Amino acid sequence: MEKRLRRTALYIPGNNPTMIQNAGIFGADSIVLDLEDAVSIEEKDAARILLRNALRTIDYKNTEVVVRINPLSTPYGHEDLKVIAREKPDAIRLPKCESVEDVQEADKLLTKIEENIELKEGTIKLMPLIESAKGIFNVFEIARASQRVVALNFGAEDYTADIGAERTKEGKELLDIRARILLAARVAGIDALDSVFGDINDEKGLIEETKFIKQLGFNGKSIIHPCQIKPVHQIFTPSEDEIKYAQRVIAAIEEAKAKKSGVIALDGRMIDAPVASRARRILAFAKAAGLISVI
Amino acid sequence: MKDTAKIGQSGTLESSDILVMVQLSPDQNGIRIELESPSKKCFGSQILKTIKQTLHNLGIMNAYVKAQDRGALDCTINARVETAVKRALKFKEKGDV
Repeated sequence: MEKRLRRTALYIPGNNPTMIQNAGIFGADSIVLDLEDAVSIEEKDAARILLRNALRTIDYKNTEVVVRINPLSTPYGHEDLKVIAREKPDAIRLPKCESVEDVQEADKLLTKIEENIELKEGTIKLMPLIESAKGIFNVFEIARASQRVVALNFGAEDYTADIGAERTKEGKELLDIRARILLAARVAGIDALDSVFGDINDEKGLIEETKFIKQLGFNGKSIIHPCQIKPVHQIFTPSEDEIKYAQRVIAAIEEAKAKKSGVIALDGRMIDAPVASRARRILAFAKAAGLISVI
Repeated sequence: MKDTAKIGQSGTLESSDILVMVQLSPDQNGIRIELESPSKKCFGSQILKTIKQTLHNLGIMNAYVKAQDRGALDCTINARVETAVKRALKFKEKGDV
């Protein structure tokens, strides 16, 4: 299966028809139709029905469609999952995920629904949202709790509130936490998606934070406004030079294979496994971004 | 309490939405819909059809509906009517206790 690009995951308020209708046109890699924080308690019922109908009607084409349900520990979570899963979204984002049991509960419910609607078991994926001290503590187990888990998401706002840290734009207080989430994701072989950058008027801040999380190794970022798509995509899209070099690395590997040569060198530098792996990742990003057609 | 009209409302007056008020009352005979829409001339009959079909699917045979449309798609109209009916029915359950 081809790897999905998840540079941006755009949150869309789940009770807003205009935004739901337009969600797919901005070019985000994923949209996250939100039934949780974006919907008031009084409108939970209305949003659930509106989203159900939208998923039945609107074709979001290649955009990954994710629905953030309410936590299963609330009175709304189970009903959200029951109603939404029947409409076959690509994935469910599980907020306030704190334990293996949280993932397994959602997994079991999805299996039952998939059986009822004759959908292959495991089709609907899960993306736990890690946003509490307990969630961070258990993140390695959460990442491997089910085959459905394809990405870990970080929720910095709730996390800092839970831990009692001061939230800064610089994000020093989150460094070890981000590293932990990333490590857990890599151990499980899944994606790691960073938290939102809340100030939509501060593009410079967004760019700095995105560069930083890319440097750490994150696959992408949740975003709250379409204006944040382009800056984030630019950072996550390989440059022309990077692509050219990666193509040369792969070509050198192929050539060495053909010559049955054990040692591979390019421009006087040895090409070892990590270099080859980085080159493949860059080309996969470039292909997913439409910059090249074949790897 | 049983003879009181039960009311449910859903939606907003924002663009692409529709504000729907459903009144379930024992006095109401059949379905009566009052529709206000900027595109009533072109889509009025389609909106009415969607509202009637949604009510029918929910088993509602007698109701007064006031709908203020702001260019909602069928899927939104259907959702708002369904929510308004469910809210009215909940209201009814509470009223019956």
